[in-house]
Amino acid sequence: MCIRDRSMMSDVCKHCANASCLEVCPTNAIIRTEFDTVFIQQDVCNGCRDCISACPYGVIGFNSTSGTAQKCTFCYDRLQNNLKPACATACPTQSIKFGPLDELRQTAATRLATLQAQGVSQARIYGDKEYGGLHAFFLLTDKPEAYNLPSTQSAVLPSRNNVPGYLTATITTILAGVAGLVAFRRRGEPPAGQSS
Amino acid sequence: MPGEHFVVPPHWEWYILGYFFFAGISGGSYVLGTMLRLWGDARDAATSRIAFLISFPTLLICPILLTLDLGQPLRFWHFLINDSNGGLAFKYWSPMSLGAWGLLLFGVFSFVMFLSALSEGGIVRQRTLQTAASFVAGMVGRVFTVVGAVFGLFIAAYTGVLLAVSNQPVWSDTWALGGLFLASALSGSAATVLLATRNRRDAMATDRKLIDADRYFILLELALIVLFLATLGGVLSKVLTGGWIILWVIVLAGTLIPLALHWRTTRMKVTVPVVGTAAEGISLLAPVLVLLGVLALRAVVIFSAQA
Repeated sequence: MCIRDRSMMSDVCKHCANASCLEVCPTNAIIRTEFDTVFIQQDVCNGCRDCISACPYGVIGFNSTSGTAQKCTFCYDRLQNNLKPACATACPTQSIKFGPLDELRQTAATRLATLQAQGVSQARIYGDKEYGGLHAFFLLTDKPEAYNLPSTQSAVLPSRNNVPGYLTATITTILAGVAGLVAFRRRGEPPAGQSS
Repeated sequence: MPGEHFVVPPHWEWYILGYFFFAGISGGSYVLGTMLRLWGDARDAATSRIAFLISFPTLLICPILLTLDLGQPLRFWHFLINDSNGGLAFKYWSPMSLGAWGLLLFGVFSFVMFLSALSEGGIVRQRTLQTAASFVAGMVGRVFTVVGAVFGLFIAAYTGVLLAVSNQPVWSDTWALGGLFLASALSGSAATVLLATRNRRDAMATDRKLIDADRYFILLELALIVLFLATLGGVLSKVLTGGWIILWVIVLAGTLIPLALHWRTTRMKVTVPVVGTAAEGISLLAPVLVLLGVLALRAVVIFSAQA
């Protein structure tokens, strides 16, 4: 899907409350930190790339030098030292804000009200509901799809496909078992295990 | 919601294609061997043995391909052991985690049945092998064989579920992939066993049964291909355009032509064709086409979604 005439495109990690990458990671390399952010432990990741296929925002990349999956760490090391993430510190227009979620939500709500009062009827906050709430959220002036962001309805964890996937495999197993029984059934001879 | 996730591809390519193929053949061959033991007669013993002899060597290829695909191959054991706390790395909701454990456990069953088959066939005469063979022949051994078949079914099917449990277009838009890969793996395994037992007098009777079984598996696979395509909705065009059409033609050739040849074989009550005749060529053609179809199906599913 192409991006129309928009002023922003987000490929930053959203640090989802219910993170798809963390859900599928088979090695537990992806963890939730004490700051409620999602972090890939570089010394644990074995580069299977399952998280890349799971992330609905396309923010995880594969580093061919380190052989591991990598993404925004929310400057975990800086947070541990009571510093703001580098992007929020460096941004010259203060478009990137960092702080307690409640305060930021309040700021966003005020901005949203201002925009809507100015006639931007499509303005909305993105990140309140998606994936249990994102830890990086955005003020949009159009529907999420226009920004290459999944809508609230389609923001569902990958495990949604476990039950239907295994169920189809189970039904196939039963049908294949019946097929095997019909094709292989013994016809008046002793069982295979009792051969010479 | 088809097409509403904006992911980047994981670049699972040739190693993963090879892994999916051999995992299917290994799991499927074990299942066929078990079915023949449970439901077949004495004349099926040789083919059952050959199925188990195929299962383990093809399984051995799987962890090699999987490990080579990793960015950090020396950390393959992180699939099993949690490097952070030394405990087990096991997440039942992650198909990749389940698959790593499934592969390991299936390896035990496949290995024991391989040893047993070596001994039963008189290929190697050694005390350990004879112990494995006598264990497998008993009631406990039968239960062991069946439990192994459950793991075999899982290994053949879970790769499809693994793709679906993602947010990639195509893969995550369908629930048919687990069943589709399983049906295709069983068909491919029947073809592999048929190839391995070609011109063997002791497998003549079973070849007819395998051809019957393969017909059913192919029909099941075709039905699941239709379901797969029907569930794709808005992303259907992603798998049915450009070069992917060529792969679909191979998939169709690997299902429809063998189906027609199998039907002809059954109808004409052909058994083992004479070496060097046209009938022998046809008996080779069907399983080869099936295997090409199995490979092409996995290729089109894996690659088209990431294009």
